[in-house]
Amino acid sequence: MMRYLRFLIPLAAFFVLSGFLFKGLWLDPKLVPSPLIDKPAPEFHLTQVSDPGRIVSREDMLGKVWMLNVWASWCVSCREEHPVLVDFAKSGIVPIYGLDYKDTRDAALKSLDQMGNPYQVTLFDPDGRVGIDYGVTGVPETYVIDKTGTIRFKQIGPITPDILHEKILPLVRKLNA
Amino acid sequence: MIAEIGSFSLMIALAVALVLGTLPIVGAHRGNVAWMNLARPAARALFLFVLIAAACLVISFLRDDFSVQYVASNSTRELPVRYKVAAFWGGHEGSMLLWLLILSFWMLAVSFFSRHLPQAMVARILGVMGLIGVGFLLFILLTSSPFTRLIPAPAEGRDLNPLLQDPGMVAHPPMLYMGYVGFSVAFAFAIGALLGGNLDATWARWSRPWTTVAWSFLTLGICLGSAWAYWTLGWGGWWFWDPVENASFMPWLAGTALMHSLAVTEKRGGFKVWTVLLAIFAFSLSLLGTFLVRSGVLTSVHAFANDPRRGVFILLFLSIVIGGSLALFAWRAPKVGLGERFELASRETMLLTNNVLFLSAAGAVLLGTLYPLFLDALGLDKISVGPPYFDAVFVPLMTPALFLMGIGPLARWKQTSLPEIGVRLKWAFGVSVATALLAPLAFGHWSGLTAFGLWLALWIFAATAVNLWSRVRPFAGPGLLVRLGSLPRGYLGMLTAHVGVAVFITGVTVVKSYESEKDVQMDIGDTVAIAPYTFEFRGVTGGARENYVYQRGLFQVSKNGHLVLSMTPEKRRFISQSEPSTIAAIDLMRGLYISLGEPVGNTAWVVRVYSKPLVALIWGGCLVMAFGGALALSDRRYRLARAADREATTMSGVPA
Repeated sequence: MMRYLRFLIPLAAFFVLSGFLFKGLWLDPKLVPSPLIDKPAPEFHLTQVSDPGRIVSREDMLGKVWMLNVWASWCVSCREEHPVLVDFAKSGIVPIYGLDYKDTRDAALKSLDQMGNPYQVTLFDPDGRVGIDYGVTGVPETYVIDKTGTIRFKQIGPITPDILHEKILPLVRKLNA
Repeated sequence: MIAEIGSFSLMIALAVALVLGTLPIVGAHRGNVAWMNLARPAARALFLFVLIAAACLVISFLRDDFSVQYVASNSTRELPVRYKVAAFWGGHEGSMLLWLLILSFWMLAVSFFSRHLPQAMVARILGVMGLIGVGFLLFILLTSSPFTRLIPAPAEGRDLNPLLQDPGMVAHPPMLYMGYVGFSVAFAFAIGALLGGNLDATWARWSRPWTTVAWSFLTLGICLGSAWAYWTLGWGGWWFWDPVENASFMPWLAGTALMHSLAVTEKRGGFKVWTVLLAIFAFSLSLLGTFLVRSGVLTSVHAFANDPRRGVFILLFLSIVIGGSLALFAWRAPKVGLGERFELASRETMLLTNNVLFLSAAGAVLLGTLYPLFLDALGLDKISVGPPYFDAVFVPLMTPALFLMGIGPLARWKQTSLPEIGVRLKWAFGVSVATALLAPLAFGHWSGLTAFGLWLALWIFAATAVNLWSRVRPFAGPGLLVRLGSLPRGYLGMLTAHVGVAVFITGVTVVKSYESEKDVQMDIGDTVAIAPYTFEFRGVTGGARENYVYQRGLFQVSKNGHLVLSMTPEKRRFISQSEPSTIAAIDLMRGLYISLGEPVGNTAWVVRVYSKPLVALIWGGCLVMAFGGALALSDRRYRLARAADREATTMSGVPA
């Protein structure tokens, strides 16, 4: 009997393997959870793109749920994402703040003129210091930050209507409740 | 209209494949000659209809028919004609059609080169391949048709991925698939033999040339892929242990084990169970590779978010083919007898060790490739497994295999005398050790690992030379070449492939030990030195070609103050693409490599300059291996054997 069982080993191993492959079909290999999730959002003191005289800091944002969208005028995927944000901003469900990453004021303002401005305020981060503190690996990236200044969600890559409706909206409702 | 002809042709092909996959196999079981005789014409008809479909796709590309979605996604009007043809396999749907085309091409080849086989065997082999064809045809027709229309048609296509617009990429996928899919022949032989219960030396002799030719193609395919990465990725790397690369490397490892195992089964009637299992493994790993690459399980983001049907379908197909054949194996293999007995010290033992090592290596690569998936699926962690793991497991597994490569070909079947081999190889051992200890000094820096790597290569060279000399010396004859020519091609092919491995090892060892890299910002007139060469940056000029604009840097390379060559790396920006692509400037013979990074300011650029001495040997070694395979294939033994089989068949009257 044992002699026969031996020949079943490859088949059994394959079944285990295909079980994992099946599970793998619904996983996303690129989805790496940010170590910043559920941690306090890093400090920042940045000027606004439209007004070099006004500084916004992390403390100014406490007490409300808000979205931070990292973008740049030179970023192609941001153009893809931009109309989604402009559309979403009109609903007024959650304020969106921009972080203009490694950019120039002129180029950023020109882009916002052309494509519409979804942001309450756009923070200006020309050398990318704050972006690095937030663990930005590529633009665009988006964070949802709660009333206590804690990061609750991070999206790497463009926001799509699906992500907005399935992930961000329910989260924002929960945080505002 | 053309696209509809293609679709329709695939539907007819499906009907043909269904007939081919059922009637001949049942016929072979019941002894119905008429049904068995359907196999050959059906296989040829299948090839014809798949070829028509493929031609329809090529025509759609050449006519810029953007109402075909696949064409619109992978071509533009400006795309040069050679890339319009290559765009055939630039995306998922076309790649699957190429897979099917090559499968039916192998079936066509089997239908012609199988006159010496018993009718029942041919019926089973082509039937099994026909069933595989059914799976792929269903997959293409139901989930991945390249002929789907896009109405209204866009005015312009989205262009072929610029990374794929490269001569290496034109040839890489067909070569790779010839290898992958080529293992389906050995697989079908194995399943046919399991079904028919005639696993014997004749079966092994029939399988051998098909396995060798598939292996040679796979070697070439992997080699082209590696060279392509070197030229176009701009990092100066030639192998990354990337999941996609591993997907092609695993069948290669299993196929290598299969080739060696088949030798034992043919010559000694041994290892039958092993050999059958390896034939199943080699093709299963090819299918698994296709699944991993095409499903996006390991590589791309959200490949399934759009169409989970595809992934489920391939996995289902994989389960039927692999699960079914392993179940058949579990059912039939226990009844297969053992081969002739052999002593511990024998060629059989060495080949068995080779099998175990290669299969372990394939298993280790599989584990490393899928480990992130395992952990992720169990919800444990998100990790990625990189080169450190693969280097750490691969080197210790391959080292004994390489050492045995020197001894094995000298060992006798059944029983060999180790002391006798020791006497024959003592000079090879001494000379290789001495040379390996001294050789690193010639490169200016000694390290133990370098000496060890070089020793393995030199040991194979020296042992192969001893082996060859022992075969050539006894011949009384005119020139050395004539005497070499009288040796069996199979034997020469084996030695050639082994030498190819040694060449490859030499290349890898020297590149790993002595490569150097300078990542610098250069302005016009700046120089950077990697001894003994000095590179002077002479600025960047721009221009336009067929479908892209380029910026070309000019570097003048001098040695001891004398100009030796100019190198011109490029950045290309394709129309309709935002990211520029990098074409490195490469001088293979000197092992020099320059790629342009990003511009800084007006005239300065970030530049990567590498020196990779003997890097050409890495691909050179692969070419020598593949050539060894081709040499073995031309062995007259196969032709003689065929004639003998034919005679036997005619003598016994009706084919069994």
